[in-house]
Amino acid sequence: MSNGRRGVPLALLLPAGLGLAFLVLPLIGLLARTPWSSLFDRLAEPEVMTALRLSLVTATIATGVCLLLGVPLAWLLARVEFPGRRVVRALVTVPLVLPPVVGGIALLLALGRRGLIGEWLDSTFGITLPFTTAGVVIAEAFVALPFLVISVEGALRGADTRYEEAAATLGAAPWTRFTHVTLPLVAPGIAAGAVLCWARALGEFGATITFAGNYPGITQTMPLAVYQTMESGDLEGAVVLSLILLIVSVTILATLRDRWLTSA
Amino acid sequence: MLLTSSLAACGGETTDSAGTAAAGPGSAGGPVTVFAAASLTESFTTLGKQFESAHPGSTVTFNFGGSSALATQINEGAPADVFASAAPKNMQAVTDAGTPTTFVRNQLVIAVGKGNPQGVTGLTDLTKPDLKVALCADAVPCGAATKTATTAAGVTITPVTLEQDVKAALAKVKLGEVDAALVYRTDAKASAADIDAIEFPESATAMNDYPIAVLKTARNPAGGQAFVDYVLSAEGTKVLIEAGFQAP
Repeated sequence: MSNGRRGVPLALLLPAGLGLAFLVLPLIGLLARTPWSSLFDRLAEPEVMTALRLSLVTATIATGVCLLLGVPLAWLLARVEFPGRRVVRALVTVPLVLPPVVGGIALLLALGRRGLIGEWLDSTFGITLPFTTAGVVIAEAFVALPFLVISVEGALRGADTRYEEAAATLGAAPWTRFTHVTLPLVAPGIAAGAVLCWARALGEFGATITFAGNYPGITQTMPLAVYQTMESGDLEGAVVLSLILLIVSVTILATLRDRWLTSA
Repeated sequence: MLLTSSLAACGGETTDSAGTAAAGPGSAGGPVTVFAAASLTESFTTLGKQFESAHPGSTVTFNFGGSSALATQINEGAPADVFASAAPKNMQAVTDAGTPTTFVRNQLVIAVGKGNPQGVTGLTDLTKPDLKVALCADAVPCGAATKTATTAAGVTITPVTLEQDVKAALAKVKLGEVDAALVYRTDAKASAADIDAIEFPESATAMNDYPIAVLKTARNPAGGQAFVDYVLSAEGTKVLIEAGFQAP
């Protein structure tokens, strides 16, 4: 604030403004076409509520799975020198560049009923993952995990390792050092990563419809419900559902940011 | 030949008026954009190649997808010259459709894994609880046909997934993730190497009519009309019948 306007070159301001407009314009398009009167009627429809609830629940569980697996993975990448670390880091980012539909096919070929591991799961335990809510969580976690790992690894690299070293000289065991020193140190980074991860899981579409299928109440999340409504030729309905998803996710993200991420 | 046609396509993409002008009125050359139902993928790809050789200087570009989604895209201003829908309902939804002509009909079959491991013989078998079935969503034409056929048969099938077009339902059978799916006879025929098709009598109650029309907003109406004429011609009909469609 104290810099005032003098420090801002026009050459930066112009593309920055255009960039913002580019991101906001589609949202304005959505708002402009929203039939506001039917918004609440739609929200009251049981199918919409079912899809919304399923979306929120699966995205939250997927974020939990990502925290459980992603924080240790990020720690490994940030703190431990091991052969092939570059390759592992590249592998972690693959779901980011992979089209989600390709991710869904890959999941089917690995965990599907005829898949690499899926066939064994089916014959040994009678577990099949496609077309189940667990399948939705897996698809969402697959595309969202890189977001968490990258955020947490960045936070760990930015954190001062002297506290960990001091704890070590004072005789703290590695696990105690991790839980009592490292984790509190990078907590804001983990929270930021979890929020990104949750938002990505909530918006997941391609891998979900390919791997988990589309059935109301079991695998039909909001993005799938939007797509189905659009496919049925009901553009107005698709706009309303999109807006509901947008409002809910922005509200939750804003609340989280105020409560947990004020330092970030 | 390939170079000139791709150049013509490029010209058409950037300046459409130039593309149509170069073709000239009534000469039916230049780029033609066809939006067609997913179930027409194989037969229309063949017809497109034949049309291009029969009309030198013309190129056909396809956008295959669910008929309802294609109708929405056209109404939202997607540049299409011709629309071929898997159901009259979706053709009616397009506000700028010219006069549609029904060019083929299609019928449902049960697609199962190669060799029919579950021994499916008819619609009633699909109600078995241990059988995983993929159906098309009610909103898309193959789903509407499914509903008509199951109502006629008096059976209620509980699917594990409702797919957005017939190709997606078939893919789940090919992958072995479901035991059966209701698909069009033409799609089953195109995938005969991977799956078996089981005919069932109730499908006769759920015949799908496929209408085709040149759009009023077409950039290349002459080219579009030439393509429609080709689809309706003896050569066109031959390809479609071979693919498993029936004459209207």
